[in-house]
Amino acid sequence: MFVAKVIGNVWATRKHRHLKNLKLLIVKAIDPLDNSKFIGDATLAVDKDIDAGPGDIVLVLDEGNSARKVLGDPKAPIRTAIVGVVDRLKYKKVKSEM
Amino acid sequence: MKQAKVIGRVFSSRQCCEMDKKTFLLIQPLDWENDEPDGEPIVAADTVGAGAGEKVFYVSAREAAVSFEDWSGDVLTNGPLPPVDAAIVGIKDGKNIIKTEKK
Repeated sequence: MFVAKVIGNVWATRKHRHLKNLKLLIVKAIDPLDNSKFIGDATLAVDKDIDAGPGDIVLVLDEGNSARKVLGDPKAPIRTAIVGVVDRLKYKKVKSEM
Repeated sequence: MKQAKVIGRVFSSRQCCEMDKKTFLLIQPLDWENDEPDGEPIVAADTVGAGAGEKVFYVSAREAAVSFEDWSGDVLTNGPLPPVDAAIVGIKDGKNIIKTEKK
């Protein structure tokens, strides 16, 4: 799982029968310790009942079997799913040089 | 899921197991943010009836095979999963994106 920011949404009329009634959001991973720093490439994630929107910091699951389980559809061709909205992140700084 | 543009079609008359009745399209993966090409073109099986020039989104690896579970095109097969590693699962109508460059 990773922490990401929702940076957009996609709409599509023609889509796979198991993607119907699902929200498609573009997410981009962020540095959990610095919300303004993006990491890597943007990807398309599915949102079933989390109701996230552009600008939200979310928790993203990036594994097929778990995503299908979360969405409750064992035949959905989905790997990336949004599983939570991040309210707050607490951490302790660790010294990197030992 | 990644974005791609359909740039061609692949025809083949001799295929391996479970590959029949599928359309294979040549797609160029694109970046979600700026629509720039991202990597080399790949061949993907089609589940939605995409055509040349259309922007689509696709899944890769096992999810591509899962997208054909029980179905081949529009025909119910109940067969085993086909050996595909990329499948087009939707035609993109449009997208909204917020800028990420400035921050």
